[in-house]
Amino acid sequence: MNFTLILFIVLAVVAVLSALGLLVSRNAVYAALFLVLNFAAVAVFYLLLGAPFIAIVQVTVYAGAIMVLFLFVIMLLGAEKLPKAQGLPWQRPLAIGLVAVLAAEALFLLFQRLQLTTSLTNPSAELNSVEALKLLGTTLFSDYLLPFEVTSILLLVAMIGAIVLTKKEKGEAEQ
Amino acid sequence: MTNMVPLSYYLGISAVLFVMGALGVLIRRNPLIIFMSIELMLNSANLAFLAFARGFSVTNGAVNLSGQIFVFFVMTVAAAEVAVGLALIVVIFRTKHSIDVDLMSSLKG
Repeated sequence: MNFTLILFIVLAVVAVLSALGLLVSRNAVYAALFLVLNFAAVAVFYLLLGAPFIAIVQVTVYAGAIMVLFLFVIMLLGAEKLPKAQGLPWQRPLAIGLVAVLAAEALFLLFQRLQLTTSLTNPSAELNSVEALKLLGTTLFSDYLLPFEVTSILLLVAMIGAIVLTKKEKGEAEQ
Repeated sequence: MTNMVPLSYYLGISAVLFVMGALGVLIRRNPLIIFMSIELMLNSANLAFLAFARGFSVTNGAVNLSGQIFVFFVMTVAAAEVAVGLALIVVIFRTKHSIDVDLMSSLKG
């Protein structure tokens, strides 16, 4: 048991428990906060995997911007709790059964078929360095320049789409 | 002895998080929580991506960071998706005065 493995196990427990909290919490605000905890745990996973830039982006974009947007919408709509309604009676057991099948398949493929015994023993110093960050920026702005620009257009389109969707049409306000 | 966690552990936790996200999409009725579960699934896919990137990025001293860059793109797409999706939820709430997905069975407002 080395330090990294202990850290991994603790983080895995936190991630799985917070995901479980997201699934079972009645209040949507609590679910959002559980998701923030999960994102933080996954960000530390990213640090362990030698991706400091992605970890910081995870914290700022996901746990910061996106979850603030979620909390805004939850409180704007007052949708913390939905009133009790009659759903399909067989939906929940069926969903749990199907998901159990999916989990069994995924874990079977991971541990039986793929035989992934690659241990991550390559030196993390090469990835957790300023040189790696420089290389990341250079690669992003040279080899991946076109996808980067397409992504910026995608963000612009999403922004305009959100504004157009939520804008009240003329004459609709009086109704 | 820098990092002795096997790659399959990361893939295992990624699979578990993905399956929990899928369960959340299937059993919850609040579309906001369904959306959060989708974010959870995207996040677990990113985790698998970075695990593979970590496992295979350093070959003979040369570092290849394409996996991390792809995760960056996935994150931006997720941000765009959240903006549009939450706008849609707001519009549906405005027309139907409820966001329960069981009541969204008709497309006509």
